[in-house]
This record gives sequence, structure tokens and C-alpha cells, in this order.
Amino acid sequence: MRVDIAEEALWLDEQGVVTVAQLARLSGLAEDEVRELVDLGVLEPCDPHAPSWTFTSRCVLTARAAGRLRRDLELEPHALALALFLMERIGELEARVRGLQARLARIEQE
Amino acid sequence: MKYKDYYAILGVERNADADQIKAAYRKLARKYHPDVSKEPGAEEKFKEVKEAYETLKDPEKRALYDRLGTQQPGHDFRPPPDWWKQFAEHQGAFEGSFEDIDLADIFAGLGGRRRSARARGGPVPIAGEDYETVVHLTLEQAARGAEVDLQLAMPEYDEMGSPRRVMRTIKARIPPGSTDGKRLRLAGKGGEGANGGPNGDLYLTVALHPHPLFRVDGHDLYLDLPIAPWEAALGAGVEVPTLAGPVQLKIPPRTRAGRQLRLAGRGLPKPGGGAGDLYAVVQIVMPSVLTEKEEALFRQLASVSTFNPRGHFAEGGHR
Repeated sequence: MRVDIAEEALWLDEQGVVTVAQLARLSGLAEDEVRELVDLGVLEPCDPHAPSWTFTSRCVLTARAAGRLRRDLELEPHALALALFLMERIGELEARVRGLQARLARIEQE
Repeated sequence: MKYKDYYAILGVERNADADQIKAAYRKLARKYHPDVSKEPGAEEKFKEVKEAYETLKDPEKRALYDRLGTQQPGHDFRPPPDWWKQFAEHQGAFEGSFEDIDLADIFAGLGGRRRSARARGGPVPIAGEDYETVVHLTLEQAARGAEVDLQLAMPEYDEMGSPRRVMRTIKARIPPGSTDGKRLRLAGKGGEGANGGPNGDLYLTVALHPHPLFRVDGHDLYLDLPIAPWEAALGAGVEVPTLAGPVQLKIPPRTRAGRQLRLAGRGLPKPGGGAGDLYAVVQIVMPSVLTEKEEALFRQLASVSTFNPRGHFAEGGHR
């Protein structure tokens, strides 16, 4: 069995930044597809007016999901954008439910 | 090598045409796609469905698969010698045992190598596959950071291009500040690239084990804090556990049940600096048994107190 040396895993969150080329490579999308996802409102550049776009590294997750859904379910762009919007909404609601459950005191059963 | 019945996986007859195969795949993909399905085992099921479709939608791969004949799914089998000869026309010679070979790797490898064989000017670099896995952490590991061993079965290709499943242990350092569902990336720790192509990446999703004391909301922690009725009435100093060890907490006089007492910065650390908070949720607990003296004191309290906790009932619920 091969054992590798421990490497530091990097957060995919709002802190890190990636370029269009890096985002395309990490998500398996073409750069044009990344730009199309920006046009559809699925991906948001850090500064849309900057001459060359950058994205938070959290966008890698959205772009990868977009790539998988497009490839695996053969979704057309608008259906893809809608699916991603609904998935994000579900994720937010699930996080709210988890938060509310955490706030509830455990009730002792008689 | 274990046999997989790709037709049964897609729920189609062996003589199904391309449209029927595509329709069956689409239906199952919508049901089991890991990005949209919450069904248990959906990811594994989707992998099976996708593997079956990737093979059966390609006429060349389908013909090669069909020549394996029908076997019992999951049973070990050895392809007939003439099958391997036909495969070798596409792939190159194969030597060695079939035990640790996955049927999926054979057909997936066939596609990549066929592309590279058709390319002019030498083989085309093929990037390694990205992998996704879940890393389970205790709350203490999430707070302090942890080094974890991840075991994944990944295909490796020998000099002849033949695939073989190899168990790899990947060591990863998870920095402090994980929360449930947080995502991380280990660059270059996915599948190996071929012909000089880059290795794939490994994507991790953090799953926190439930803690016996603390509940988690993002970087904030919640702890049930049981106190006695007289501690609630008179106030008290109590010791409460935190992830960094016990601390003293002051309970103010006349504390009600359900009140949340905040311990700033005692939650999980945040990757960008700082930390969440710890909330102690007050529970007023009655002793299950009262001594004679305790009961007498409660009776005395009842006789002198004018407090009516249900006064708002008479006003239709308005406090």
C-alpha cells in the first residue's frame, strides 16, 4: 500500500481567490463555459468590472457542480442555472434547520 | 475481476437501442445524482449507473462488453482469451492477474488511450481523475486541526497501460476551523495523470461526529446548562466545559429557563481568524427526590411568595 506524506488541505471558502483559468482547470469547464455561468448569474466574480476576473475559491465548488450537472444530466444553461440556484437555496435552508436544532435545548423525557 | 451487468443496472434489455439506453440513464441519473439526491447510497448507485451508460453508449465499448457474455453479477470471472486478444488490439498486451482489476477501469482506460493513440505527434497528456471523499472529525479535531489518514481505491496504469486498483493511504492535514459540510481541496492527490498529464485533486467534505455535550451551528457551539432552582433565583458561579477546558460562568440572579448565556470566542476557530461563541442554554432542573427539610423550605416559599407564573392566562395570553 502506498502512503503519502501529509499535505495541508486548503479551504474552499471566501478567503482564497482563483483566476478564470484556474477555475476552469479545477472545475473541468472551458473558460467560455465559466464566462457563460457568470452571464447566467451562477458565478460572481470578486470584481465584475476588473479587466481580468477573479473568484473566491468557494466558486470552485459551484463550478464543479455545474460541470457535473451539465455533463451527467445534459442540462441546458438556463435549467442548469435554475438547478444550481435551487440547490444553493436548499443548502441555506438545511443550514438554518441545523442552526435551529442546535439552539433547541435537549428536552428530558419523562 | 467481478462481473457487472450494465444492462440490469440501467434496467434495459440486452438488445435495447441507443435511445432506450439514453432514456434509462437520464431517468436514473436524475434520481441518484449525488448533487441532487439525498437518498442513502445515491452516490454509489449513480457511479454504477454512469459506468454502465459510459460503456453502453459507446458502440465500440458496448460490442467489447457484449463479447464478455452474461455472467452472474458480482461473481469473479476471467474474460475468454479471445476477448482479451480483441481488447489488446485497442489497448496493448496485458500480463498478470485479473483479481484487482475493475471492469470500469478497463473501459474508462480504453477511451483515454484510444484518444491518445489517435493523436498525432505522440501520446496526449491525460489529467488524472478528481476524487471526492468525506473526512469525519470530532469537534476537538475540528477546533485544533488534525492529521487524518484517508484510504481510497484508485486505478493505476502499468507500462502497458493496463489498469489496476491500488489502495492508497493519503495523509491530510486539516487546518483548525472546520465546520460541518466545510469543503477542502488537496491538490494533486487524486488519480494519477497519464502521458505527463497532471494528477487529479482530492476534494474533502468535513462531517463532524455528534458531541455528547456541544451542538454546532456554524462556528458557534450550544451547551445545555442545568442549574438548580435556587441557583436560578439567587444567581451562582458555575463551572462549564469548553473545548479548551472548563471556565467559570456567572449565572445572574432571576435567570429564566431557556436563557442563553454567551461565552465570547469559546466556539470553533474561524479560518480567517477569531472564533465563534459558546452559548450556555439554561435549564432549571428539579431534584428528583427532596429531603424533608428541602420540602419544608419549598412549602415556606410557596406560602410567602405572590409570584404567579400563569398570570397571563387570565389575560388571554397577553403578558
